[in-house]
Amino acid sequence: MTIEAATNTPTLSDAATAPVIHPRWVRLTHWINALAMLMMIGSGWQIYDASPLFGFEFPSQIALGNWLAGALLWHFAAMWLLVINGLVYVTLGILTGRFRRKLFPIRPREVVRDFLAALRGKLSHDDLAVYNSVQKLLYAGVLLAGVVIVASGLSIWKPVQFKWLTAFFGGYDTARYVHFAAMTSIVAFLTVHVVLAFLVPKSLRAMIVGR
Amino acid sequence: MPRLRKPITGVDPKLLIKDAAKLLPEPSRRRFLRGATSLGALALLTGCDIIDGDTSENALRVVSRFNDWVQARLFNPHTLAPTYPESAITRPFPFNAYYDEDEAPQIDGSRYQLQIGGLVDNKKPWTLAELYKLPEVSQITRLVCVEGWSAIGSWQGVKLSDFLKLIGADTSAKYVWFQCAEGYSNTIDMPTALHPQTQLTLKFDNKILPTAYGFPIKIRIPTKLGFKNPKYVTAMWVQNNDAGGYWENQGYNWFSGL
Repeated sequence: MTIEAATNTPTLSDAATAPVIHPRWVRLTHWINALAMLMMIGSGWQIYDASPLFGFEFPSQIALGNWLAGALLWHFAAMWLLVINGLVYVTLGILTGRFRRKLFPIRPREVVRDFLAALRGKLSHDDLAVYNSVQKLLYAGVLLAGVVIVASGLSIWKPVQFKWLTAFFGGYDTARYVHFAAMTSIVAFLTVHVVLAFLVPKSLRAMIVGR
Repeated sequence: MPRLRKPITGVDPKLLIKDAAKLLPEPSRRRFLRGATSLGALALLTGCDIIDGDTSENALRVVSRFNDWVQARLFNPHTLAPTYPESAITRPFPFNAYYDEDEAPQIDGSRYQLQIGGLVDNKKPWTLAELYKLPEVSQITRLVCVEGWSAIGSWQGVKLSDFLKLIGADTSAKYVWFQCAEGYSNTIDMPTALHPQTQLTLKFDNKILPTAYGFPIKIRIPTKLGFKNPKYVTAMWVQNNDAGGYWENQGYNWFSGL
């Protein structure tokens, strides 16, 4: 596996002595989540195509599962990976205080300031260990989207056994739209996230080797 | 597994053959893992071809069996599906099958008999006249299709648990298997068969089931996805072996509970 190989291989001498930005559990859960998300989104698009909510379909070339049954098998297999890994991540994030330290507080004034700076290309990424306010907002936001997508997904999967949850999302048909909206926000986050990871390659390295 | 070898009463044999031809899934559908290009990146990442091929297909089916077990545990025999007022009924209620509406089986009600078999005391076949005399229950519930859409319908018929009692079924058996006129079939778990809302449906919206909705018998199960609600039912077997079903055998999850 790429992750294991990278962690065990000695890197640049200065990097080896640099403080750890992302501990091992963060990196591991990050990449497992990336894998699970790819599978969930890809199969979710194929499932969507069986009964589109809007006037478009996802091209099957970029979807997973080839047809509805295959996509459902992928979706309901990858969900275990997503949920179990997500629970480990959130539990450790709370218990280690990482969420509190890294993501909070989020101050609207700072978010605006940092967002404007980012648009002008003047937002610093010198210290990867410290998140700017826009990052904090996006990371906290995508965590929330993760909770919403799992809960709304559960409400669509089990609208009888968990009918209270389905009712919370406005009923079965509305819950499908909530599930779709959560997917859309995650994909939007992912687009920005991946583009920036390649624009600031050392952030990508930090998520692989930790420093 | 019991299979009906003799011609089914009231079914046009020509139509049966025509529909049986459709039982063979398209070759492209059989290998549903092909063309999974969105995971190309994943294949590159791991350096192995895990997306295509029988290995992952088998692994996915193993997880699907695990999901059957999870769903059977989640299933609460006392949890009722939400019910709705008459004003909520979807009109027109959609016709849905793997064939067009004009190809739906035309069954002669006067010659029709529901065949009963397996672990039951009384295997006497039932005519429609006899079935129509049984105490009627009614429900307005949501049918959720595996495709994602849903529709609210009104169904009347006999409580399946009452009917099972009436024919002296061994309700400690594991499954109930339904055979349909067009070659479709379903196996359901006994706890679901005994659920208070599971219905041997004879009417839609208080009128004898039209052909589109499964004349003469549909099994209405509001705790399962639509494809686990067989229409045009011609036979019912109580048994301990899982006889599978039309879609389940092609990869849809077996339990498919809601």
